Amino acid sequence: MAVSTTGVPTGAPAPDVPTRKGKRSAHRWTRRDRVVLALMIGVPTLISVALVWVPALSSVALSFTRWDGIGLDSIQWIGLRNYREIFTIYPPFYPALWHNLIWLLFFLLVPTPIGLFLAVLLDRELRFTRVYQSLIFLPVVLSLAIVGFIWQLMYSTDQGLINAVLDKFGVAPIDWLGNPSLNLWAVLIAASWRHVGYMMILYLAGLKSVDPALKEAAAIDGASDWQAFRYVVFPALRPINIVVLVITVIESLRAFDLVYVINGGRNGLELLSVLVTQNIIGEASRIGYGSAIATIMLVISTVFIVIYTLNIFREERR
Amino acid sequence: MGKRMLQDPDQPGLPAAVFNRRIFLGAGAVALGSLGLAACGGSSSSSSSGGSSGGNATGPVTFGSNASDEVPKKAFEATFAAYKTSGGGDVKVNTVDHNTFQEQINNYLQGRPDDVFTWFAGYRMRFFAKKGLVGDVSDVWEKIGGGFTDAIKTASTGEDGKQYFVPLYNYPWAVHYRKSVFEANGFQPPTTLDEMVTLGQQMKKKGLAPLAFADKDGWPAMGTFDYLNMRINGYDFHINLMAGKEAWDSPKVATVFDTWKRLLEISQPNSLGRTWQEAAQTVAQKKAGMYLLGTFVGQQFTGADKDDLTFFPFPEVDSSVGADAVEAPIDGFMMAKRPKNADGAKNLLEFLGSAKAENSYLATDSNDVAVHKDADTSKYNALQKQASELISNAKSISQFLDRDADPTFASTVAIPAFQSFIKNPADAASIAKNMEAQKKSIYQS
Amino acid sequence: MTAVQTPRQAEQGSARVERRRRPVTRGRILLHVFLVITSLVFLFPLLYSVYTSLRPYAETAKYGYFSLPRALTFANYAHAWQQSRVLHFLVNTLIIVVPSLLLILLLSSFVAFGLARFGVRGGKWLLIMFTAGNLLPQQILLTPLYQAYRLWDDQNWVVEHQAFIYDTYWGVIAIHVAFQIGFCTFVLTNYMQTLPHELTEAALVDGAGAWRQYWTITMPLCRPPLAALATLEFTWIYNDFLWALVLMNTGDKRPITSALNNLRGEFFTDNNLLAAGSVIIVLPTVLVFVLLQKQFVGGLTLGANKG
Repeated sequence: MAVSTTGVPTGAPAPDVPTRKGKRSAHRWTRRDRVVLALMIGVPTLISVALVWVPALSSVALSFTRWDGIGLDSIQWIGLRNYREIFTIYPPFYPALWHNLIWLLFFLLVPTPIGLFLAVLLDRELRFTRVYQSLIFLPVVLSLAIVGFIWQLMYSTDQGLINAVLDKFGVAPIDWLGNPSLNLWAVLIAASWRHVGYMMILYLAGLKSVDPALKEAAAIDGASDWQAFRYVVFPALRPINIVVLVITVIESLRAFDLVYVINGGRNGLELLSVLVTQNIIGEASRIGYGSAIATIMLVISTVFIVIYTLNIFREERR
Repeated sequence: MGKRMLQDPDQPGLPAAVFNRRIFLGAGAVALGSLGLAACGGSSSSSSSGGSSGGNATGPVTFGSNASDEVPKKAFEATFAAYKTSGGGDVKVNTVDHNTFQEQINNYLQGRPDDVFTWFAGYRMRFFAKKGLVGDVSDVWEKIGGGFTDAIKTASTGEDGKQYFVPLYNYPWAVHYRKSVFEANGFQPPTTLDEMVTLGQQMKKKGLAPLAFADKDGWPAMGTFDYLNMRINGYDFHINLMAGKEAWDSPKVATVFDTWKRLLEISQPNSLGRTWQEAAQTVAQKKAGMYLLGTFVGQQFTGADKDDLTFFPFPEVDSSVGADAVEAPIDGFMMAKRPKNADGAKNLLEFLGSAKAENSYLATDSNDVAVHKDADTSKYNALQKQASELISNAKSISQFLDRDADPTFASTVAIPAFQSFIKNPADAASIAKNMEAQKKSIYQS
Repeated sequence: MTAVQTPRQAEQGSARVERRRRPVTRGRILLHVFLVITSLVFLFPLLYSVYTSLRPYAETAKYGYFSLPRALTFANYAHAWQQSRVLHFLVNTLIIVVPSLLLILLLSSFVAFGLARFGVRGGKWLLIMFTAGNLLPQQILLTPLYQAYRLWDDQNWVVEHQAFIYDTYWGVIAIHVAFQIGFCTFVLTNYMQTLPHELTEAALVDGAGAWRQYWTITMPLCRPPLAALATLEFTWIYNDFLWALVLMNTGDKRPITSALNNLRGEFFTDNNLLAAGSVIIVLPTVLVFVLLQKQFVGGLTLGANKG
């Protein structure tokens, strides 16, 4: 929403203008209108509930069972046992949680600020700004499986570009993808390659909505570029920051394709989404177990969805 | 971010009747139903519209295949052409890439599987048979049974004594090496583990990596474990361990891990970042001396290099146990539980279980070895001859850990556990203990 | 949507004047240099893949991948095109993407229209439900969805051998639609709220019903966000592989994301071939992006920032 300090009305009606209320009561709703509206809202809602929410809740229900996925009659209720085992005897679980957390922190601390920085640089009347934006955004358009392949060409121990270059300098080949202390960082760089463009575009949008009058006022007051940014622009970016935070968190939680393509998500690349997949798709068939891990993911996501929701309500009330 | 998301919900205006839930649901149901009808017309459907049972013995049969590589795919084409010329019908092949086919097998079998499809012998086969997801082909075996050894027949039999699997070929796991490298350095193929370790030390001095080793995909390491277990504790113990009847934290298994530590000392480092193809390349490039893998490793060698490739069987560890157990996974076919064309499917399986089918397959794909007694072995290359001999002289045959053990255990427990062990061999005891705890949880039923 | 000038337009107006006056300072040049270098750094991995795809396998096997080319060839492309049957899988993908796209845009505009222009009791919660649905991880839906699809078909299996939803394109389209509606509803709702009400008031006075208001008045005004969403959704649906993996049985019907697997041999992996295959596969999304770039960027910003 355009921040306006001068009270100049912007294109959209202000939140608490009652005019519409008053005008509305003058309308008459035909029966046909009601049916049309009911359908227009009802059909998509039904589809969403049936294909997204019902399965999601079923997964939560399945997490309390033991099932191999074959035949509904073999579902066995076992209560919290799956959860107990996940928390006690499942070796990849804590590493996966930890890696998801590292993923989140890395994304928040590296590609996101870089994206912001690039957005600030590009948010000015600059020739070729579109070209720069496109080139930096291009990786976002690629599927993650392809991103994984492209970066494996760089990281492969025996045939990758990086080790070939290092070899010319006499450095022994480094096992980027096989060494568990290195591979997560290698993958994070590949993922960030993509995330920077995404963040840059979001921040460009946010910056466009910051009232230039604010920046001008700051300049008039003698503030330097950095001061103007820190005290005027950045606070005005609050709405976009919330979006960035939510998207980054969700992307970090959902991270999957990249590590799956590289080594199936093992040996230092464990992630929650991969653990779910390993248990429900593939040769293994521990549906209950996998659903329990998925439910844990869901609970963590819900925390952030709630934050996002509360923020919307708070914004509304303002 | 949208500050003002929606209208104030408290405004008057629309009567409550509009939001009668029933209207919503009714309207939605109609919409979904019409979507379903559209699906009916628009979706692609089954190939034959023949009757639901029986079917036509020479009618078209659908075939689900995981042979997505060029060579096996062509081999199947040749085999089905031979089927047609010997009076069989059309075979409509549904090829799914190798990994996806295996990953989706549970869904595939419960969905609408093809009449006949490729699969493997072992626990995996018996598991699906027990669950009633595959068709009984004992009547086919009555016709083809004479061409196979008892061991093969047992491998094709489910827990209820009926046959569910028709074999096509198998291939052994053994320690491969290049003849020229051994000759040039005066190495001799070892017959005991101690000899192999000594040989390894000699290779190290010559600048060769003794044992090529790659476990990025997780499953290759199982070959090493299986052989060590069979050589140290015997075939029966190994099969029981796979079936969940023995404990992973027992002293017997601990001995296996201890022995493996010795092998790790002469194995290539950084194995977890290396694929088996890359490891095979190191042998081809004469950078590594030996490699324990299935004979499919030959696909990485081309031209003259291939003629230079040979193998020796995994050496014995304990002379009282010997070295007559061979790990030789069998690939073959199964039939769907309710095939569209049952007669056709059985007809095809009868053909596929014949020496003729195996001959036409192996003529194109020469990396494996036939299982039929009467298969034509005259056109075998040197490697195939060796493999065939190794298998026929074996007293017991294992199928490989991920086919002999519960698949959940194999992929979610064994793979990460072995990878952890390779990273930290000193942790063997705690790793084994955790494997046992997880095994107990998985194998209950 | 030109009734009121947004701050952005005002800024552009003044900036346009300014630009002519802005001198080429050293600061500007440095900025450009920095941006060029950054862009190239970002482009580099992709360029390297294209380079790899143009080199014959024999050459890289001999000299390694990090070497100067002795010969460049399109043979890998020809081989990839043939072996992975790109055209066939591309058609499959289009069969999935195009209907999904149309349905998503249609249905989410329905909801957005209802919520934005008419207000619904509990509409806020409805919107949250839609948006949250899009934030769920895909894995949590897989098994129940698969089982539901299969059960739906089970009734008809024995009788007709006909699939209603499992292993059909409609099945995959349905889940794409259900999953992506959230984001599009959010964007369109925000956008529709900015449309001035004078237009609909006028229509109502003329006696236009809800449907006419939607179809003839509101929708034409929504071209910008619709175009943006179309390009975004195209990319997202095109790049998905999980739904088709689980909800389809027949290898030949799967979309193009599976085609890459066909090039990845069980026994033999030719990186040059895979690189060529990857380039072919990303081409449609890159093309759509380049052609509709303005809308692409606009689409994300509309979702993030109503303005």
